[in-house]
Amino acid sequence: MPQAGGAANPGAATRQISNVIKALIAYRVRRDGGDAGFMERSLFSYIWRHSRPEQIVILLLVVLAQVFYFMSLTVPKSVINNGIQGNAFKDSKTIPFLVWELDLSAIFPGRVIRFFDGFQVDQLQYLVVMSFVFLGAVIVNGLFKKTINTQKGRMGERMLRRLRYELYDRILRFPPAHFRKVKQAELATMVKDEVEPLGGFIGDAFVQPMFLGGQALTAIIFIMMQNWLLGIIVIVLLAVQMSIIPRLRKPVLVLGRQRQISARQLAGRIAETADGVHEIHIHGAANYERADISERLGRIFKIRFDLYQKKFVAKFWNNILSQATPFAIYLVGGYFAITGQMDVGAVVGVLLAYKDLPSPIKELIDWDQQRQDVQIKYEQVIDQFQPEGMMPPELQAIPDGPPPPLGKELALVGVVVTEDGRVKQLDTLSLTLPTSSRVAVIGGSGSGKEVLGQVLARQTLPASGTIRIDGKDFFQVPEYVIGARLAYVGQDTYLFPLTVRDNLLFGLKLRPVAPAAYDEATKVIREAFWKESERAGNPAFDPNADWVDYELAGATGPADLLPCMVRVLKQVELDEDIYSLGLRGTVDAAVRPDLAEKILKARHTLHEHLQDGTYAGLVEPFNDDHYNKNLSVAENLLFGTALGKQFDGDNLAADPYVMSVLQKTGLDVELQRMGLSIAETMVELFSGLSPDNPLFEQYSFISADELPNVRLLLQRLGGKGIEAVPEADRIRLMTLPFRYIEARHRLGLIDAAMEERILGARRAFAEGLPANLRDAVEFYDFERYNSAATLQDNILFGRLVYGQAQAGERIGNLIAQVFDELGLRDSVIGVGLEYNVGVGGKRLPASQRQKLGIARALIKRPQLVVVNEAVAMFDGRTQDRIRDNILADASERASGVFWIANRPNQAEPFDQIVVMQGGRVVARGSPSELAARGGLYTELMASA
Amino acid sequence: MNLNEEVELLKGVPIFSKVEQARLKLLAFTSERVNFGVGQEVCRQGDPGDTMYVILGGTADVLIDTPSGQISVAEMKRNSFFGEIAILCDVPRTATIKAKEPLATLKITKDMFYRLVAEFPEMAIEIMRELAHRLEDTNQKLRAATKAG
Repeated sequence: MPQAGGAANPGAATRQISNVIKALIAYRVRRDGGDAGFMERSLFSYIWRHSRPEQIVILLLVVLAQVFYFMSLTVPKSVINNGIQGNAFKDSKTIPFLVWELDLSAIFPGRVIRFFDGFQVDQLQYLVVMSFVFLGAVIVNGLFKKTINTQKGRMGERMLRRLRYELYDRILRFPPAHFRKVKQAELATMVKDEVEPLGGFIGDAFVQPMFLGGQALTAIIFIMMQNWLLGIIVIVLLAVQMSIIPRLRKPVLVLGRQRQISARQLAGRIAETADGVHEIHIHGAANYERADISERLGRIFKIRFDLYQKKFVAKFWNNILSQATPFAIYLVGGYFAITGQMDVGAVVGVLLAYKDLPSPIKELIDWDQQRQDVQIKYEQVIDQFQPEGMMPPELQAIPDGPPPPLGKELALVGVVVTEDGRVKQLDTLSLTLPTSSRVAVIGGSGSGKEVLGQVLARQTLPASGTIRIDGKDFFQVPEYVIGARLAYVGQDTYLFPLTVRDNLLFGLKLRPVAPAAYDEATKVIREAFWKESERAGNPAFDPNADWVDYELAGATGPADLLPCMVRVLKQVELDEDIYSLGLRGTVDAAVRPDLAEKILKARHTLHEHLQDGTYAGLVEPFNDDHYNKNLSVAENLLFGTALGKQFDGDNLAADPYVMSVLQKTGLDVELQRMGLSIAETMVELFSGLSPDNPLFEQYSFISADELPNVRLLLQRLGGKGIEAVPEADRIRLMTLPFRYIEARHRLGLIDAAMEERILGARRAFAEGLPANLRDAVEFYDFERYNSAATLQDNILFGRLVYGQAQAGERIGNLIAQVFDELGLRDSVIGVGLEYNVGVGGKRLPASQRQKLGIARALIKRPQLVVVNEAVAMFDGRTQDRIRDNILADASERASGVFWIANRPNQAEPFDQIVVMQGGRVVARGSPSELAARGGLYTELMASA
Repeated sequence: MNLNEEVELLKGVPIFSKVEQARLKLLAFTSERVNFGVGQEVCRQGDPGDTMYVILGGTADVLIDTPSGQISVAEMKRNSFFGEIAILCDVPRTATIKAKEPLATLKITKDMFYRLVAEFPEMAIEIMRELAHRLEDTNQKLRAATKAG
């Protein structure tokens, strides 16, 4: 190492200084854990670094609290001695109170500076005052306790929040390949459960040992002052205790670690069972799974039981050792007392001082145990959160403006991708790719074409080789640039359990574009909320802000976004499906009065069309004055949509108000008679059918369990009328016709007279409806939009007539035609976009999920879209149509398409085709050039 | 037309003629009534068939495809039925049936029929008996024909 310093070699000196600075910076970065790499290994440093000021404040509070604690202990003594027993009042009637003096007699004998002589109080006054002083001290003491605990709690929760956020932040920065190794349930358990106990410990992390240590130290000093030899014995015994106990607890800690890991794995296994439940059932592997879980639970039991045993062994020794000290004091102190080297009073004093020692020591040991426990938990967790190759946080920075363009040309040089370092999926592949070109990649299975697609989406990282975009490292391009400009769709699409709309716009949410509008009061609350977020190291992003980048989608704002969404839905042929969802959706007239108004207009137009001969008899409209044969009796009675549970479904039959209406109109007996007739028919039809036959479920008015009872009832009745039926059974019979639909069930139970009576009850029901039930039903009214009913029901305002061939289809077409005429189709699609796709998008069929995934990529009008066999699951013609739509859209915008073909002949309309084999590019050119050259291209094309 | 009338019509179908009334009523109750407008096709020649229809009202044309186009070979009215073999075995439709007047039918699907047969095996025996009679009948005719020929 050259000698530093001296003017002779200034270059070396500067170099050395800069090296030192670099090293210092590196150290700092490492300490801050701010780089992509590591988290703080020691929980203590982590806590100290992030909560130093708070810890110090709490420490000061604790010290201050001791003063009042001491006071609350000493005041009672004065109250008893002076206030009650009057010790201080033996010499005079009054004594001074609240004397404020500085006693300097320790330095200058007899020197006391008195600032205030105090008030003269007599014994009774003294008692009263001191009692209140005691009360005051108790209250202040309590307030201190409360404040300290609140502070501790807040600090702990803040640290917990910080830690959880940091862990989550790291999940977002994991290298993609890492997710093949970790189980999602385990990640969730770690972030949610395993760090939880840390929050409780953080508040006590520094205060507890200081406080307890102080107490213990005081007691030891006191003992030392009585007799240094006894003091040393006590210290030695304490040292033994403090070194042995932790050693005894070591196996406990090891077991604790195993317990944590096994519990985490159990969570992972349970999640696997839920994910693979269909496979388990299909393959009848339930008992194999049971065996596995039982084995695991057995292991966990063993760990936990061992833990108990070890814990109690440690406890036993702890007790023995803590009793060893008094044993020594008795023996040694007693010996000194007997031999006269120490007086009895001193031994008793030592014993008394020792009385205060074990409890802080014990708590210290407990604290240490807890410390090690949480340290292990912490290490266990953070070990899982620092895989190699984490993305640096800068790449995920939030852009402060519209994202820049991607660049003009991607250049791959010598790219190698291996599966676990063995099989080469891409073998020194080199390729230049203008981002605005439309290229198809073909190749057999194992050609590596789909891996190439993943690499271009940065889903798979190459083991070697470089990818540059306009000369810059492709892997250093910030995520928001990639997210905005390069779209990728693979074979599987994950949808979030949100609405179709949220999923479609997911790729536009790169940054908050416009802040949320809050009123003044909410704004204050929100700002306090963000301030707290920042205190815990969380970003103050507002999920309520508008994150949708309309410009990216080619819109100017929320108002003209819908046409853009419809456009991409059309490109992937999903518009029809979303339209159907829209028909089944609801619109709240209070929220969208404009749309409700238009739908109402559509209803009028539709009903004009229904007057045509061609549609005659397909729909039975809702009409106040007519019984609707295609509605059930209950629906005819209610004649509206039930809101809430009151009149919904079977509740209607049990409702007291409905009952009262039926009784008043005399319909109850009629319904009972009808019920009897239905019961007779059901008994005739379904007797002899085995109880588990699905026909019961589908067609019978009486369940299989009830049928025997009803049969018995009818037998007893022996053909007599309803009058002979006992009251209790009548109620039951009366509910049977509620579900009866004349047009469907065809039992001929409702004649003109019956229709009239039900209509009478319908009117009575509506007229007498008490005010508190007004909100329980929305009556059918041709001139009113019904917010509770679906769009389809609203426009139809009637029921499809049962048994008309193709009625549903023809009316569906008519509705579509009416919506088109009125320009409402897009609005209906807008309603369909509000459909929630369910967990993992499972409420949509697989093909629609995939189409939505493609639409999500297209809506941001990417500069380059990578389609990685994403259309493979559709039928051939759909594949080609979607490809053509994407190509047409891309050439219109002069943007690029990188199409990894699942069938070689998909490549035909592309300008450029890349042929791959064995992880390499073997040919590239226009279709005609490749065809002229023959070889693999011709082979692949022929095989398709 | 209510359930009881439908049952009467079902009784007119030979393969059901011997089946207990209560069973037929259940069959009718669980089957759908389908109406066809003038010109609507009930089924098309060559399509796979798995349902039988009993005509409850109206008339239908029976049309056969020939090289020179579709020709009407017969007309069906109330009480007629077709497709009864289709619910026993998968055979393509041998003719196109088109509503000539508004047509009301009872549509009996294979599924529903099988479910009932599975539940009431005696139904199957009655149907077998009927089929056996038909077979015997055909055999006799065949014998008569071969003798005559």
